[in-house]
Amino acid sequence: MPSVTFWPEQAGSYAVEVDWLFFGLLLVTGLTFFLLMFLLVRFMVRYREGSRAERDLSGEKGWHWEIGWTGASLVIFVAFAAWGANLFFRLYQPPADALEIFVVAKQWMWKAQHSGGQREIDELHVPVGRPVRLVMSSEDVIHSFFIPAFRIKHDVVPGRYETLWFEAVKTGTFGLLCAEYCGTLHSGMLGRVVAMEPRDFAAWLDAQPGSDGLAQEGAALFRSLGCSGCHGPGGTVRAPPLQGLYGHPVPLADGRVVTADERYIRDSILLPKAEVAAGYPDIMPSFAGQIREEDLVRIVAYIKSLASDAPPSQVGSRTP
Amino acid sequence: MSTIAVAPGRGPDESAIRIPNYLNTGTTLRSWLLTTDHKRIALLYFASLTAFFFIGGAAAVVIRLELATPQGNLIGSDTYNRLFTMHGIVMVWFFLVPAVPNTICNFVVPLMLGAKDLAFPRINLLSWYLFMAGGLLTVASLVAGGVDTGWTFYTPLSTLFANSYVALAALGVIVVGFSSIATGLNFIVTVHKLRAPGLTWYRLPIFIWSLYATSVILVLGTPVLTIALVLLLVERILKVGIFDPALGGDPLLWQHIFWFYSHPAVYIMILPGLGVVTELVTCFSRKRLFGYKFVAWASIGIAVIGFLVWGHHMFVSGQSLFASLVFSFLSYVVAVPSAIKVFNWTATLHGGWIRFDAPMLYALGFIGLFTIGGMTGLFLAALAVDVHVTDTYFVVAHFHYIMVGGMVSAFFGALHFWWPKITGRMYPEYWARTAAALMFFGFNLTFFPQFILGYLGMPRRYHAYPPEYQVWHVLSSGGAVLLAIAYLMPLVYLTWSMFRGVRAGPNPWQATGLEWQTPSPPPKENFATTPVVVRGPYDYRDRAAHPQHG
Ligand code: HEC
Ligand SMILES: [Cu+2]
Ligand SMILES: [Cu+2]
Repeated sequence: MPSVTFWPEQAGSYAVEVDWLFFGLLLVTGLTFFLLMFLLVRFMVRYREGSRAERDLSGEKGWHWEIGWTGASLVIFVAFAAWGANLFFRLYQPPADALEIFVVAKQWMWKAQHSGGQREIDELHVPVGRPVRLVMSSEDVIHSFFIPAFRIKHDVVPGRYETLWFEAVKTGTFGLLCAEYCGTLHSGMLGRVVAMEPRDFAAWLDAQPGSDGLAQEGAALFRSLGCSGCHGPGGTVRAPPLQGLYGHPVPLADGRVVTADERYIRDSILLPKAEVAAGYPDIMPSFAGQIREEDLVRIVAYIKSLASDAPPSQVGSRTP
Repeated sequence: MSTIAVAPGRGPDESAIRIPNYLNTGTTLRSWLLTTDHKRIALLYFASLTAFFFIGGAAAVVIRLELATPQGNLIGSDTYNRLFTMHGIVMVWFFLVPAVPNTICNFVVPLMLGAKDLAFPRINLLSWYLFMAGGLLTVASLVAGGVDTGWTFYTPLSTLFANSYVALAALGVIVVGFSSIATGLNFIVTVHKLRAPGLTWYRLPIFIWSLYATSVILVLGTPVLTIALVLLLVERILKVGIFDPALGGDPLLWQHIFWFYSHPAVYIMILPGLGVVTELVTCFSRKRLFGYKFVAWASIGIAVIGFLVWGHHMFVSGQSLFASLVFSFLSYVVAVPSAIKVFNWTATLHGGWIRFDAPMLYALGFIGLFTIGGMTGLFLAALAVDVHVTDTYFVVAHFHYIMVGGMVSAFFGALHFWWPKITGRMYPEYWARTAAALMFFGFNLTFFPQFILGYLGMPRRYHAYPPEYQVWHVLSSGGAVLLAIAYLMPLVYLTWSMFRGVRAGPNPWQATGLEWQTPSPPPKENFATTPVVVRGPYDYRDRAAHPQHG
């Protein structure tokens, strides 16, 4: 006989707070529900057809009842909306020192790439006590990355990067599930999250057959795909230098200014015509369909690694 | 004041007196298939909807049997995925959306308004043929091999990845959509134009207000679904990039358009139920409705605000933070009118003379289940909680409480309430009460455990699942068996009662509505003379009913 579980494990920093909100809702709706059921049953018994109870309907006139319960519902509802929104807001604000891991979903598996170049499939090793930020993409259809023990979930959508962050607060192994129906083996798209003490995590990383790191792999691709021909120091055409790009504002040819995040870099490679850097000809070819998601991750990691490098002086300033 | 023919008494010698009614005037197949009588069209819908309900229900039973064990060992995962897709498509578009409007409303609305028929009787018949055409296309896709996208047809899975009969099923849904639009339009015009003399808006039964709100959504929302499905077909067949990013499309675009229809569609499915329950609660507590105007306008409020909350299906989809905040807030706002209704029903019971006939049992069951469904909606509207429970069994349980616990209960309540009017016969009360009780119990056993499963993190649409969830699944599957039995019971005793039931007479419930002032079954032209309405609905004073006409 399998054991019965009533409550999911709390293993992430977010879990406790979500559970409190859930309890709050449970308490208020539960009390209201029982009050309502109490009244219903009481009226049913007291005013059943055969009963002799006094029927005093004088108190039934007037709007005060309607105003009362409408107003009360509204106030309670707005309070819950605010509470839920406040917590949700935080999911959009990853701490600056978060450890970054790339996740690529495809029918029907989860692939993770650590910045050191370590790769895993259907597993995700993370240190406890340190925020982890996931940058997720899909190779085919929509999937959804779901860790019940952390109370977090986010869709992984093809054609774009979605991010999600969490912090494991206790060591152990927790289920990772796909929550968005994605075809035949949707229910087999399971993995596990292994939360380890930071020491153990470092040791685990070392023990993996790694490489020189994601960024290094990206640098190699950057050369082999011919990006360096334009963007490199000895480039033959006028293309913007990618040093110091990531995390900084970029003026576009159409007058907008956007922040160069992962999404921007990704779109620059796959949809170069959509956002053209100001002051440059839009001659960059699209690489859509030519680079696998995992390689894209490497190139993005490489360009991010250039964030702190100063742009080479001979190319000049990027503002037109 | 009009004198109205009275149906024969309950004498054994009933065949001797054959008073002409809509059933016995014309008995050829042709007279049924080409009828423009709203009452006969309602019966055509009854027959077809019953078939679809049992097709959808059979799929659900197989799904629940499979889920009794964690391993997917009864059927393969492709079959499983096709079954839940079929269950969803059939139940949503071929049962829940048309359930009350096309059957019950079709039958009773002209009667309630004191009219001879709907405004456009031939469009009414056309709407049934469209419904059947859509149904046949969908059944064809099922027979050909099924669809495995889920009823939500999420892109790009549905456009470029699914290897099944998506186009055929989508076409079926497009066609049935036109049936919905035709029906909605017909009701709107009927309510505006064909009310009996003296039947002002505030004298209309709440049932009519609810149906009116429903029809507005049908007419405004359904075309959006049609457009969405056409775009889906364009991408799937012509490979034009609309939704798939690999072709330059945007997958979230689908979700926006789809839910722009499908959230209001939730209200298409539940608003008629809210109307039914109002009729039942007033009639069986022999009391005027508490807060008539609030209940009436709450229906309209739901229809309007219901169009502004679709984004609550997309909190984790990558929709912008600001959009999510707004949609969460509006989702709480739309819950207010529903709460108003529940409070007013409860207040109506106060000081009444409550009877517990079968329709009332369904109505009371509705109030309990609908309240749970609505309250769990408040959990889902809270952004941070939604992140955890969306796409899990919590959502499955939530909408089944509204759709099945609520709407299907209301449907059965309505069916029992107006059955004597439709057939002229009473059903066996004992069996009707037993079925109502079993439905309530079976329903809760099936779906309550799913709330717990959902919070534990069990995702929906899973063919196999981690073993720690099994106990709850077993309870749920057990409940589903009871529920299936409960749904089969009315099929048996109602069919029996059509031939053997006691004669009902025109007004077995001593209700006030106009439909009860004409014989049961009603004559083809509904009323001998057009009734003149002199008072509002629900005029029950000192336990006596004062009919709406003079
Ligand atoms: C034919 C020359 C050429 C090649 C090859 C090329 N690019 Fe570009 N790239 C450009 C030009 C010109 C721009 C500026 C105009 C624009 O934004 O489209 C640019 C813009 C960019 C930007 C945006 C930079 C900014 O400052 O806004 C990124 C990121 C980028 N390229 C990455 C790559 C990568 C990665 C590759 C290889 C996969 C690559 N490019 C290949 C010419 C090229
Ligand atoms: Cu999946
Ligand atoms: Cu919705």
